[in-house]
Formats: sequence, structure tokens, C-alpha cells
Amino acid sequence: MIGTLDSRVPSGPLAQKWQSHRDHSRLVSPNNRRKFEVIIVGSGLAGGSAAATLGELGYRVKCFCFQDSPRRAHSIAAQGGINAAKNYQNDGDSVYRLFYDTIKGGDFRSREANVYRLAEVSNLIIDQCVEQGVPFAREYGGLLANRSFGGAQVSRTFYARGQTGQQLLLGCYQALCRQIAAGTVQMFPQTEMLDLVIVDDHAKGIITRDLRTGKIDKYAADAVVLATGGYGNVFYLSTNARGCNVTATYRAYKKGALFANPCFTQIHPTCIPQSGDYQSKLTLMSESLRNDGRVWVPKRKEDCGKSPKEIPEATRDYYLERKYPSYGNLAPRDVSSRSAKEVCDEGRGVGPGGRGVYLDFAEAIKRLGENTIRERYGNLFEIYDKITGEDAYQTPMRIYPAVHYTMGGLWVDYNLMSNIPGLHVIGEANFSDHGANRLGASALMQGLADGYFVLPYTLPNYLAGQTGKRPSVDHPEFKKAESDVRAKIDRLLRVNGKRSLDSIHRELGTLLWDKCGMARNANGLREALGKIPELREEFWNNVRIPGNSADFNQSLERAGRVADFLDFAELMCLDALERDESCGGHFREEHQTPEGEAVRDDDKFASVFAWEFQGNGQIAAPKLHREPLHFETVHLTQRSYK
Amino acid sequence: MNFKLQIWRQKDRQSKGKLVDYEARDISPDASLLEMLDIVNEGLLLKGETPIAFDSDCREGICGTCSLNVNGEAHGCDHPGAVCELYMRRFRDGQKIIIEPFRLRSFPIVKDLVVDRSALDRIVQAGGFVSARAGSAPEANSILIPKQDADLSMEAAACIGCGACAAACPNASAMLFTAAKVSHLSLLPQGNPERTSRVLKMVNAMDAEGFGNCTNTYECEAVCPAEISASFIAKLNREYIRANWHTSGAE
Repeated sequence: MIGTLDSRVPSGPLAQKWQSHRDHSRLVSPNNRRKFEVIIVGSGLAGGSAAATLGELGYRVKCFCFQDSPRRAHSIAAQGGINAAKNYQNDGDSVYRLFYDTIKGGDFRSREANVYRLAEVSNLIIDQCVEQGVPFAREYGGLLANRSFGGAQVSRTFYARGQTGQQLLLGCYQALCRQIAAGTVQMFPQTEMLDLVIVDDHAKGIITRDLRTGKIDKYAADAVVLATGGYGNVFYLSTNARGCNVTATYRAYKKGALFANPCFTQIHPTCIPQSGDYQSKLTLMSESLRNDGRVWVPKRKEDCGKSPKEIPEATRDYYLERKYPSYGNLAPRDVSSRSAKEVCDEGRGVGPGGRGVYLDFAEAIKRLGENTIRERYGNLFEIYDKITGEDAYQTPMRIYPAVHYTMGGLWVDYNLMSNIPGLHVIGEANFSDHGANRLGASALMQGLADGYFVLPYTLPNYLAGQTGKRPSVDHPEFKKAESDVRAKIDRLLRVNGKRSLDSIHRELGTLLWDKCGMARNANGLREALGKIPELREEFWNNVRIPGNSADFNQSLERAGRVADFLDFAELMCLDALERDESCGGHFREEHQTPEGEAVRDDDKFASVFAWEFQGNGQIAAPKLHREPLHFETVHLTQRSYK
Repeated sequence: MNFKLQIWRQKDRQSKGKLVDYEARDISPDASLLEMLDIVNEGLLLKGETPIAFDSDCREGICGTCSLNVNGEAHGCDHPGAVCELYMRRFRDGQKIIIEPFRLRSFPIVKDLVVDRSALDRIVQAGGFVSARAGSAPEANSILIPKQDADLSMEAAACIGCGACAAACPNASAMLFTAAKVSHLSLLPQGNPERTSRVLKMVNAMDAEGFGNCTNTYECEAVCPAEISASFIAKLNREYIRANWHTSGAE
């Protein structure tokens, strides 16, 4: 049982907490490090950087990923950039400002100390990546270049074309490859974690399935690190890669790890709208497009079917410029997304199903010339053309919001350790740094901060007390976990019903998008909470999973993930219902100003909601723990981008 | 739109595979080729047949997971782009489409259209990195890099590691892949200390994996989704000769 949640934030002034914490954390001496084994699940920016760094330090690391190579983790798809408080532009940036922008952007629902540390180590990340050979954009004089991004008034974003995530991940993958060659890291690609093993209340191992052969294996370690990303695919359609899933974190939750703020999901405003039911994923168009594109819809519903060329200026509604004159088309992600939904709900959306708004470059092309626009965004216009078959130099793009990132995740303390001793959670998989809304170019920063510069200090603090406590995989807890995993797989294969996996997942996604998406209300959430168990029932009685378990079986892989999404969806809706306020990406329709802005309730909800699983029979009734958020440095204000 | 498909089916690495006929009906021209395969698989599933195994993940051309030969071309006809970015409007209604896995000895078939490309990982493990320990890096702007060098390095670094270069090459050569990594790092001052050993080790690893040699047919460049220029292969050759020169003590 869990008592009060202790965030273990060190005392002292904000700016000195991390240094003082490092000064007082326990160490493991170099000759003892090889005696410790660490399991890392996930090989993206967080997991890959952690594995490489811990391997380099001398620990014996086992790193697992479901992709066929660690280089393919979904961090690779991040386009825009990575923030750091270098102040290279001399425009007044500082660690404090990056910290403050991140706290404010998160609508005051994250921990001050964690976010301050993130801002503090941001500069080290840039140094590290440059040293690894990440080819960041540069100026003619050879200095690093910066660009500006949403939610900030300084230029602090480092980038490598529109492929920053790719380049950072490859840097980290190369560091990982070096450790694999050195023998400090053992890599297990195409291997999925299916359960966490807890021995004497400590996380001491995992159960895995080799996706190629179907073989179930047991691995013991002195500590387990989950770096398994976000759960955006619970919505079926999202900008996440097809394989992204909640399985590792959800199964850890079922073993007692607390799941924090699951309802905090980020909807990105600029994605290519859905074109049909067959669609398997949504594609993001970098937010940078909003620097030059103007967002509009027709003022009159009758005009929606017309070609945009036939709609004169006077009957267009540039709604972001109208509602937010100072930020205009660069309003933060949650605000822009919600505004798009509003105009579409009013029946003024464009394109298939009326779910789209125009992003128009005509004026920018007139002002700057087509060549300048091509130089700035050429690759994005090409992607758009490939997917839609339309030329955005001639006709406005159509965009619509899509699920993109999940701020919620497993609860962790200042050491990035969950409430289960030994279980550490890093990157998007934890809840810690982005509050209720993440600012652009902050996800890459957090993943690498956790892996390169936080966990390597905090993990030894745990390991130092664990000498000789690694169990054997013959321990009864391993055997039990293994047999549970086998039983679940057998059960999936036995259903042998009539419905495809995708059809059920799609139904779940549509339900969540409607009831727990960009805007939520109590009635809708209750309705969803009523329907999810029915859908789960349908899944377990009527899904059809072909083939067997001792084989490369992609349907079976996905089935396990969808089964977990069907459980997890309920937790998400429950959290959204319980958080009876609006904040960041969590917009409760009951709580808004007359102008439609989010209204927080700091007296009641300036806290982290951390949910504790209460047993299989009670998926719907987890226990809520609250960690109050103490703001010692910043002053809570109403976010305003007007 | 309707299509006649011929798709490679192979139970596992040891079994013999063959092309099997399928039909895809009522496909939207806005669907991608992989989404068409999703639809075909849905149909197979409901008929009680085993769905076709194929790889994909990001479905936006950056992760490099997808790997298909479509009508004989690696990643299909819409270059530059990965096969996940190939849309059905690029085909004629009623067209016959042959879908096969990447075919070369160094990428053994796992099942149907899925191949094992771990050989590429092993080439990088041999030396495709800069030995930079976290914690030791100097201040980022203390090393100035001319914009043109950084840009050229980025052009090489853009490789998505899909292996289409080797699949398209008549010699099954992975020179473009290896050249991209060698060039990316050797163009930067940070990569300089290990420049000599890196290229030797990576080329040795490439040979050990059974990839062939380059005879300048440029098929690799033609199919590369990341538009990596074949001129980097010339750079690889220069780096290799330079490294041999250095290590032979002939300096």
C-alpha cells in the first residue's frame, strides 16, 4: 500500500537543488559497476541515451526495443527542434526563462524542481550532441543557428533541417552502437516487454517475447528502466508510429506503479486531415508553417464546399488572428487546436467530412516570393503533395489537429524512480516535466536530459544499496509472471471471433477522440466510461487473432497492445472526469471563460493525480493519490496569448 | 480503384517462397500502398487466411522500417520516398502490382515481405560513431564549422537506414549506406580523430556481411528515399585509400 507520495525534491533554493542533490547522492565505484545489471526498455532518445551512458560508465546494460533496430524508435520522427537556454542570440534567454516558459506552457501542472533541472541541463545536451557529430544547422560564420518556436519570446531552438529528432536519435544510436561493440550493452531488438517482475517489493526483472520467434524469456536485473514512449495510439489515429503502445507502462501499472495524469494528451494543431476510413495514421506538418501561413475558414457554412479561390477575402474568417491579435497564427498548440475544432463544430470546416481548416500561404508568397517559401518549407510542401495530391503553392493546405504527444505517464519522483523501488521511468513514458501541455521542441530536450544527464546520477543512488540483491530468474515471481504472460497470449489466440483487431481499435479511437479529445465534459466522459467496458467485452469475445504464438505473428503483437489500450482508455477517461477543471490540453467544457478560454482551479487541482491499480476485477476503480504541487518560485497566472 | 496483386509469401527463412495472386477492390486513390495491404489483410483475416507480414512503423518516410520492392523497384515508383509514402493514385486502375521483399543474401527473409537488416546495424557498430562520453563535451560553439561543411554533412546524415540502396544494387552493395555514415562523420571536425580507423573498420564489416562492391550503376541513388548522393561513394573511396595510406606508414 502506498502512503503519501514523496516527490523527494531536495530542499534549498531552486537553482541549487540539482547540484546539491548530486553532491549528496550515493555513488557506485568504477570497479563495482560491472557487478550491476540494468534493464532498459526502449531505445529512443531517452532509452538509447541512458543505455549508452550507463554502458560507458561501466554498468552491464540490457536494452530492449520492439523495432528491428534501435535506430527506428519513434523519436526519429520529431521534426522541429530542441530547446536549450544557451542565449546564443543574446536575446535575453536564461535557464530561468526556459524553466518559466515550460512551467507556464504546461499551465502550472508540473513540478518546479524537475522543470528547473531540465532547463539547467539543456545546455549540456547541445554540447554533447555537437560533440557526437549531430549536424545542427549553422550560420555562415560557423556558429550554431537558432529558430523561434511557439510559446516563447526568444530564439532558443536548435535544429537539423526538419529532421532534428532523426539526427539526435542517430547521435544517440551511434553512441549506443559503440557500447554494443564494446560489450557493455547487449541489444535485444524486436523484443517486447510483456511484464514487470517484482521481488521483495523491488523491480528486478522483466518478461519478454521475441517477436520473430515467439519465444518468451525472463531477464533479471538490479534495476529496470522504462523508456517506452507515449500512449497516443490509444486514439487509433495519431501522429505516432504504428507500433507505439502503452503496454510496458500499463503492465507496470498493473504491478503497482502509479499512473499519473493520464488525461493530459497533446493535440497538435497542424496535421494533414483524415481522408478516409482506411487511414492508418496521421501526418504532422511542422508547426513552423504557422510562421508564414494564415489559418482561415469560410465565414458562411454555405461556402465550405466551394473552391477556396471562389471565396473572397471579405467572407473568410481568419479566426486565430481575430481571437488572439498578439500571438495570431502562432498561438500555442492547445489553443490553436481547440479553435480549429470550434469552427468545424460550427459547420464551417473544409474538406472531407468538414474536418479541416485552411492554412494559406498566398499572402506570404505574394510578399516574399514563391522561392523564399520553397526554401523555408519546400520539404513540407512536398510531403503534403505526396499525401494529398495537392499543390499548396497554388491552393491552401488543409490541416486539422491530431493526437501527437502524451504528457501523462508513470509517476516518478525527483530521481525519476516510480513508487516501485528500482523501477525508473524516463522520457515521454513518465509524467514529470510538461504538466498539462508541452511546448514545442521540449520533448527531445526531456528525453536526452533524462538519459544523458539525470538518470546516470540518480540510478547509482538506488543501486548503491542493492549489492547482491539481484534475484535469479528461477525465483517464483519470475515463474509466475511468465505463466501469466503465456496465459494472456493463449487467451488472445483462443477467442477466434469474427472481428478484426483494427475495427475494434478504430472504434475505441473514435470514441475517445469524441469524448476525451480536444474538449471533454462530464456527460461525455461518463458515456465513454460506459462504452469502453462493452468494447473490451466485444474484444475478448469476438476478436480474431490468426496464427499461433510460436511464430512471427504481427496480429498477435498488436492484439496484446490493443488489449492494454482497452483497459487504459478507461483510466484516461476516469482521470479526465475527476480533474474537474480546464488546464492546458485538458479542456473541460464546463470550465471556460465566456470567450472560451480554459479556466483552472488551482485551489482544488494544483496537484498531480496518480492512480493505483486495484486488481483485475476493478479496472474501473483505481485508487487516486494526489501529489500537491508547490510553487515556491513562480506565481500562478492565467495563461493569456491574446 | 481495383488492382491485381502478386505478393511474395514465405513462411519463414528456411521455407521456399512464391508469388501468390490477390485482388484489391474499391481502394481509394488517396490510400497508401501500405494501407491497401492493410485492407487486403483485413479481408484475408476474415476469410480465415494468414495475413501478409510486412514491415512499417512511422508511415511517413523517416524511420526506415518499410522495405518493399514494388514492380521491381525498391520503394516503388514514386522517388524520392519510402514505400510508405507511395499512394495508389500513382497507379492505373486495374494495374497489376508485384510486391516482393528486398532481395539480397545479407538481408535474409524473416517471413513474407519482412527481411532482417541487422547487417546494417553491425556496420555502424564497427565504427560509425564518434567516441564522445557524456559529461566531457566542450562548449558547443567552441568548435566552429563552416555552414557548407555542416550542410554537406547533414545531406549524408539524412540516411534513414532502410537498405534500399543495397536492395536496388545489382551487386547487392551497401556502399551508399556506409558512405553516408563515413561522409557524415568525416566532414565534421568532431569525427576527425577516428577518421582513419572508422572507414577501415566499417568497410571491413560491410565486406564481412557479404555485401558486394560498387560498380557505379547508381541504382542506389535512384531509389534512395533520403536522396543521398552517389558522390558520397567517391568520398568513401577517397577516405578508404587515405586510411590505407596512413596505416601503411607510407606518410
